[in-house]
Amino acid sequence: MDPITELISMVVSAGTALLLPALGEIYAERSGVLNLGVEGIMALGAVTAFYSTYLTKEPFLGLIVAALAGLLLAFIHAFISISIRSNQVVSGLALSMLGVGLSSLIGKSLIGVPLKYTIGRFEIPVLKDIPIIGGFFVQNALTYASYFIVVLLWFILFKTKIGVYVRMVGENPKAADAAGVNVSAVRYACTLLGGALAGLGGAYLSICYTPAWIEGMTAGQGWIALALVIFSAWNPLYAVVGSYLFGGVRVLQYRLQPYGFSPPLLQTLPYVSTIAVLIVFSSSRLRRRLGAPSALGKPYYRGAKT
Amino acid sequence: MIRIEERMEQSLIVKIVTKIVAILLALGISAVIFMSYGINPIYAFSTMFSKSLTPYGLSEVVTKFIPLELCGVGLIVAFKSGMWNIGAEGQLLIGAIMATWAALFLDIPDFTRLPLILVLSALGGIIWALIPAFLKAKLEINEVIVTLMMNYIASSLVNYLVYGPWKGSKEWGFPYTDKFPESAWLPIIPGTRIHWPTLLMASVAAFTVFFIMFKTTLGFEMRVCGQSRRVAEYSGMNYMKALMVSMAISGALAGLAGAGEVCGIHRRLRYASAISSGYGYSGIIVAWLSGLHPIASILSALFIAFLLAGGDILQVSLGLSAGIVNVFNGAILLSLLISEFFGRYRFRWK
Repeated sequence: MDPITELISMVVSAGTALLLPALGEIYAERSGVLNLGVEGIMALGAVTAFYSTYLTKEPFLGLIVAALAGLLLAFIHAFISISIRSNQVVSGLALSMLGVGLSSLIGKSLIGVPLKYTIGRFEIPVLKDIPIIGGFFVQNALTYASYFIVVLLWFILFKTKIGVYVRMVGENPKAADAAGVNVSAVRYACTLLGGALAGLGGAYLSICYTPAWIEGMTAGQGWIALALVIFSAWNPLYAVVGSYLFGGVRVLQYRLQPYGFSPPLLQTLPYVSTIAVLIVFSSSRLRRRLGAPSALGKPYYRGAKT
Repeated sequence: MIRIEERMEQSLIVKIVTKIVAILLALGISAVIFMSYGINPIYAFSTMFSKSLTPYGLSEVVTKFIPLELCGVGLIVAFKSGMWNIGAEGQLLIGAIMATWAALFLDIPDFTRLPLILVLSALGGIIWALIPAFLKAKLEINEVIVTLMMNYIASSLVNYLVYGPWKGSKEWGFPYTDKFPESAWLPIIPGTRIHWPTLLMASVAAFTVFFIMFKTTLGFEMRVCGQSRRVAEYSGMNYMKALMVSMAISGALAGLAGAGEVCGIHRRLRYASAISSGYGYSGIIVAWLSGLHPIASILSALFIAFLLAGGDILQVSLGLSAGIVNVFNGAILLSLLISEFFGRYRFRWK
């Protein structure tokens, strides 16, 4: 592989860890539910995927377990935000603490354990030889799957009736309700989908990207994914751009290390970039055009006057 | 049939009962987790209790109360003003960095060192807190994400300093700075690790914040801004100012907590996770458990301090990881949300 193609390949594989949770959160937020628990869900997904792969030697089973773990945590959030209409910010934070804490409890005996069975890379013949673009085709199965997930989620959101319902519920739940859409059901479905994808994002880290369990290995990537949702203007296609951009920041972090930059200082790079990106994309005119869902974070009361 | 009616107003008793129910619910969740580890939950809780109620255990609870109360009561100001400050952890660490700088690298008379340390650490916390406040007020940037990112940045900065330029010359390669001169030590109650000047400040802060929030115009304005930015601006209040002041208070108190940890306990700067075991995050629980009431936060901070000290004990005696504290925190917060829901409604048989 030539250096540029190899670089693209590295950027894409680093970015996938952000892409999956960002896609899930786009659906949750499009339906009006803000889930700040992504970081915790990713952490739990990472550890459960690793643990179940270690026990069963079946990495694909690990993916399923991680998605289910994500679903379970997201269900708690959905119940609190949708059914009992409590504070979504606090609930999401609590979820993050719970997920990170549980991952550290479960993972204590797994630190330093090697994993023989992982979701490895394989190349797609012919396509991999195209210059530059070839980098997209030297990846692991989950990354290949993510290409399809992006297109599928974009298509559903903007080209199908289901997508109309999702966006309607997030923009104007009252109108959606009047039109016969079950607001709670749509919100539940989107939040759970978000949880499953965040769980997969965690699994991607522990059994595809790094193959190891390291405590704190999510390192804020769940929070960065949340920022990417804003960056992507709640559109799955733009989320790809943002994820690979931050994948690039991660690769840059490794590439700069040999030049004598201090590792702890390089670690700040993704966090500083996140704030920078939020500032650049904050101009309110820009945001109005891009449009955050109007009912984001607001519970829906059927009888309420507003 | 059960009829559900919304309560017009919650009595104090309902508020207190919902908190107690939440704590019991959280203990129930923790019990399930203990059982999944093959640990008898009654044994775990009784170990926590019996070891925390020894003189040493109690002094540890008070030691942990100090940063928790400082962070927690500061967060109450921010939360009441509608600012989701998740950044007390970072503000605390920047306070610790500033305190270290004043302790080790400033050539000043000894008697001015400690006061200067306190001022600078509060200032560090303020600066770290004002950035997200400004970004929210001016550009409507989500403060949850910004404050969290700044926590990660602050923690990397501490690590950079102790592994790099500030690494102690006499520390055999450990990631510590040199020990502070005695003029930078906070006095402690003999036989304990309780640095009493900071304990005093934490207690005074609770009452001062109560006074500011509920007895002054500024506090009123901050609370209105917390309810609705639009209402505040229509009635001629300066939203930006209120937000900045609330975050300055929040950041200053967290910064002081940082000075307390490095000058009262470690007497040197160490890597980030050794300086703060998540006090800034646990402070969120302190604030929420108190129902955002500054004076009630003394009780909730004592309770969380007891849990943290208990978490330490469980780590040592049962071999659980440090994550147990996070699990407690998350479980309490979730239980609070659920029990508050039931507090909002009245259930009647009909």
